[in-house]
Amino acid sequence: MLTLKQSRRLTTWLVGLAAWSVALLLFFPIFWMLLTSFKTEIDAFATPPQFFFVPTLDNYLHIQERSGYFKYAWNSVTIAFGATGLGLLFAIPAAYSMAFFETRRTRGTLLWMLSTKMLPAVGVLVPIYLLAKSLGLLDTRLVLVLIYTLINMPIMVWMVYTYFKDIPREILEASRMDGAGTLQEIVRVLLPISKGGIASTVLLSLILCWNEAFWSLNLTSAKAAPLTALIASYSSPEGLFWAKLSAVSTLACAPILIFGWISQKQLVRGLSFGAVK
Amino acid sequence: MNTSVMKSATTLPALPAAAPRRQRSPGWLLVSPSVAVLLLWMTVPLGMTLYFSLIRYNLLYPGENAFVGLENFEFFITDAGFMPGAINTLILVGSVLAISVVFGVLISALLEAADFAGRGIVRVLLISPFFIMPTVSALVWKNLIFHPVSGILAALWKLFGAQPVDWLAQHPLLSIVIIVSWQWLPFAILILMTAMQSLDQEQKEAARLDGAGPLAIFWHLTLPHLARPIAVVVMIETIFLLSVFAEIYTTTSGGPGYASTNLAYLIYNQALLQFDVGMASAGGLIAVLIANVAAIMLVRMLGKNLTDKS
Repeated sequence: MLTLKQSRRLTTWLVGLAAWSVALLLFFPIFWMLLTSFKTEIDAFATPPQFFFVPTLDNYLHIQERSGYFKYAWNSVTIAFGATGLGLLFAIPAAYSMAFFETRRTRGTLLWMLSTKMLPAVGVLVPIYLLAKSLGLLDTRLVLVLIYTLINMPIMVWMVYTYFKDIPREILEASRMDGAGTLQEIVRVLLPISKGGIASTVLLSLILCWNEAFWSLNLTSAKAAPLTALIASYSSPEGLFWAKLSAVSTLACAPILIFGWISQKQLVRGLSFGAVK
Repeated sequence: MNTSVMKSATTLPALPAAAPRRQRSPGWLLVSPSVAVLLLWMTVPLGMTLYFSLIRYNLLYPGENAFVGLENFEFFITDAGFMPGAINTLILVGSVLAISVVFGVLISALLEAADFAGRGIVRVLLISPFFIMPTVSALVWKNLIFHPVSGILAALWKLFGAQPVDWLAQHPLLSIVIIVSWQWLPFAILILMTAMQSLDQEQKEAARLDGAGPLAIFWHLTLPHLARPIAVVVMIETIFLLSVFAEIYTTTSGGPGYASTNLAYLIYNQALLQFDVGMASAGGLIAVLIANVAAIMLVRMLGKNLTDKS
């Protein structure tokens, strides 16, 4: 017979074994992509798949000349930061006013903003494409910045709002006594207090923009294409360079993975619109 | 004097005379920019879609924009791709939702069951696929895992003496479901795991002392506690799953035939490959309609849970 302590230990061990197995299984494709990125093209295509091989940095060293990586990466960076910055300019004042000057319409407005997310992107693909075309915005970074700002705005407003809500009003009232204007109040008092919340809002928006693939594939082709589109171009038959693809993919995903790991707790709050904390 | 000013005047303490310009609340002035742009974003494109859906509009034949009533809708619905597209959309959304909710609950319950070694790392590994961009996950699965010659699954099949399967050609929709589930199950795990951590441990301990087994605790305590987070997972995933596009675009291109075409891909195909704006717009409106019916049904189904628990 096992003692109670022994059986507890056995359960812990079994649970750990099961959890590790599931985790390694789910993580395997990412691990395999990382491994493949250090192979030669011949090793990458070998049958059966090679777990042990002589690693090479070739794919990373020649990433620029082989796929023009940096142009696409720069597009991704400018689009993601542009849309996030623009989104904050709209979201912070809106959240400030909703959190500190609540009216009976505030809740309705917030819910309405969320409901705009229920509109599937394909429903407006045609007009947006034609509008972009007639305004000469097709294949520009500007059009993606504008669209990403709009599609992420409800989440940003909602997230900043839940953080502002946690700030005691007295702090703001004190600064108001000192004669601070609205802008000063936001910039000098509110933002420093809530910089953690703003930072996780920024991270979430960057992640969503970086990974967005519906609009980027449909509205850009060469000039303004971000990394999502560069990688999609490998789906063509002539792009059968898997080691190269893996290296490009690893570089494209690494920053977002790290962002995600750092901010998982705060992301839950943002992604569930504050329903789960 | 508008209502927002009156309201703020009652909720705020009297302001000192030194700052007279602060007596007007900045309320709606600060909200209105975001409301205005979102309103434009909601109405203008949707209005255009509605208008295009009622006229003949093909980019290959400019100038022939006669009003045709509901003809585009008729053509879209009777198009060979519509039924498969609609059914595939439902299968895709339904099965990915089922997989992510069921396995999401089980996996996060497993993580909470015991404090084993390396739990933090397991957590990080489990949520990672959610942060991989859709085009990358589609191509990694297509080339490194599903590939019939040198993919991992082919090697595994051969190891057991079976004939390797050409996944994307023979089971296109199943393959897409697997890829998309791989991306969205981690989202469910992320949300449910966090929700489970907020479960009252004392309550659990009390139930255990009363003689409730782990299964009874899971069924009567953990699951009801998860109702709200599950509702959140279902709603958010539905929004994104209705517009799954990149995964199909980079792997099967909707084929073979219409075997893995969903409505999003069908509309893209009509509009940007066949230039039939009118018909694509009709399809877009149908997709919006389906999304809203789904949303209303979900809110009805889950609304009780949401209000009960809040």
